[in-house]
Amino acid sequence: MAEILVLVEHADGTVKKVTTELLTLARRLGEPAAVFIGSGADAALEKLAEFGATKVYVADGAQYTDYVVAPKAEVLAKVVADAAPAAVLVASTAEGKETGARLAVKIGSGIITDAVDVSPDLVATQSVFGGATVVKSRVSRGVPVITVRPNSVAPEAAPAAAAKVDVAVELSPAATAAKVTGRTVAERSGRPELTEAAIVVSGGRGVGGPDGFGVVEELADVLGAAVGASRAATDAGWYPHQFQVGQTGKTVSPQLYVANGISGAIQHRAGMQTSKTIVVVNKDPEAPIFEIADFGVVGDLHQVVPQLTEEVRKRKG
Amino acid sequence: MNIVVCVKQVPDSWAEKKLNPSDSTLDRDSVDAVMNELDEYAVEEALVLQEAHGGEVTILTMGPEKAGETIRKALSMGADKGVHVVDAGLHGSDAVATSAVLAKALGTLEWDLVIFGIESTDARMSVVPAMVAERLGSPQLSFATKVDVADSTVTIQRQTEYGFDTVEAKTPAVVSVVEKINEPRYPSFKGIMAAKKKPVTTLTLADLGLGADEVGLAGSWSAVDEFAARPPRQAGSVVKDEGDGGVKIAEYLAGQKFI
Ligand SMILES: Cc1cc2nc3c(=O)[nH]c(=O)nc-3n(C[C@H](O)[C@H](O)[C@H](O)COP(=O)(O)OP(=O)(O)OC[C@H]3O[C@@H](n4cnc5c(N)ncnc54)[C@H](O)[C@@H]3O)c2cc1C
Ligand SMILES: Nc1ncnc2c1ncn2[C@@H]1O[C@H](COP(=O)(O)O)[C@@H](O)[C@H]1O
Repeated sequence: MAEILVLVEHADGTVKKVTTELLTLARRLGEPAAVFIGSGADAALEKLAEFGATKVYVADGAQYTDYVVAPKAEVLAKVVADAAPAAVLVASTAEGKETGARLAVKIGSGIITDAVDVSPDLVATQSVFGGATVVKSRVSRGVPVITVRPNSVAPEAAPAAAAKVDVAVELSPAATAAKVTGRTVAERSGRPELTEAAIVVSGGRGVGGPDGFGVVEELADVLGAAVGASRAATDAGWYPHQFQVGQTGKTVSPQLYVANGISGAIQHRAGMQTSKTIVVVNKDPEAPIFEIADFGVVGDLHQVVPQLTEEVRKRKG
Repeated sequence: MNIVVCVKQVPDSWAEKKLNPSDSTLDRDSVDAVMNELDEYAVEEALVLQEAHGGEVTILTMGPEKAGETIRKALSMGADKGVHVVDAGLHGSDAVATSAVLAKALGTLEWDLVIFGIESTDARMSVVPAMVAERLGSPQLSFATKVDVADSTVTIQRQTEYGFDTVEAKTPAVVSVVEKINEPRYPSFKGIMAAKKKPVTTLTLADLGLGADEVGLAGSWSAVDEFAARPPRQAGSVVKDEGDGGVKIAEYLAGQKFI
């Protein structure tokens, strides 16, 4: 059976949930082999083994991570040349898509982005136009490069060997032309990651100010949810940009999305419309967000949300 | 400093979009066409950099005849000239094919920076800038929330999953900008009048030395097998808060087994 390469998303060896999803998906398509770039591979091996990686290609070295995406694409291209895989799966994050894009051009392959499923014959399912249309596409040339959205597949453990294979690549001058000279990591909140969370609680302009996000965060915390924000809220500086949901923010597809004080502009809906269940709190009964609500309350979020938080707390005991 | 801005004409994002049943490409005739909103920020950034560093701003677009309107809009914002790649053979080009055409066209122009938007609101792939950088062998300074140029060094703040990176490269470089970077200007009446006289060159596939099999539906390395409209979401229930709105939601969530 041919290998299916999965590019590992990790923070210093801590493997992201999306990678366990991609390995689960890869098992249905062939023999999953992980590609780990950066430091901390040894810490990652256990998790990669747990989710079925038969092999783990490791490229460890600062030269692979100190430049904008191009070195990662060169490492992947080398592994593709050596292992002749049937497909390459990458997480559909901003950087994942760029890495996949460069890889596709490098190896002369087609690319499909934002897949929500891939069948054993490598047909990818995409959900486009804000979830209104389902498209099935296929790469018609080369080794398919497919980027898959987080939360598309339920991760299932299936232990495998995760045999480590070291990879070293002589990077081209072009790959090291854009150097990262500084890295600013925003404070981590201890909440689940936005794109991975089963529940997302979001706030918009209706929250009223940075302090207003307190009620949103409290609800998120009793539900074990991630916090999201509309662009109006991030642009106003009420909440950091990396929590923006929508066309120019993150795409989320949780089991439950709770929108508070968000009107439901098309650009916001583009990032959350495929959520399984949508709950809305908005004081304007005409707000377009109600059109996609499974359950909505017309009211002031400063009354409704704290009451909801309290009630959830009570019920959870 | 000379700058080329890549802009795309797209269907208005407020319009309902459909695919053509015959070849699964976007039905562009049924909706109004506008400049990709996210490319307005790229045009604005080029004009701001030009104000500081001089040089010329050229608008590059690949698309049907009608896409010339989008070049005019950018010229009316203040850009100097346009290049329009237009050819019947381009219909149905995917991102890989588009990047091949743009890279070839960029090869015919003089530039220190190429600036892209972050995503086209119709394709929504966010891959073309990285592909063009790959093809040109130029540094990729993408997802910029800030761009600074000093001599021949470009420094950007790159938006990341975890915060931001500072990234540095020498020109010529490929830049893409996010919508947080600036506030695009509106064309003035004077700008609109001036745009009518600004030069726009058209290029065909033959001009670029590209064969018909390298672009369009034939040269695209991904293909749509089938598509279907998803049944619209079932209308949910909406209640007015009578002092118990929070409790009502909690009941709903309990019924759905979320709590
Ligand atoms: C190119 C481009 C890209 C964009 N990308 C994104 C994106 O990625 N994500 C995104 O979100 N937007 C995006 N937008 C912006 C989008 O068009 C909207 O402007 C934005 O989503 C509005 O945010 P909002 O719903 O929080 O604010 P508003 O539209 O102002 O809505 C606020 C809502 O809060 C309600 N409200 C007010 N007070 C209360 C209260 N006390 N209790 C309950 N409800 C209350 C109001 O009734 C209203 O419905 C983009 C726009 C453009 C042009
Ligand atoms: N046909 C085109 N002509 C010119 N620029 C384009 C074209 N398609 C995409 N682009 C540029 O590439 C960016 C990203 O597009 P995409 O990868 O399709 O989401 C856009 O914001 C534009 O700057």
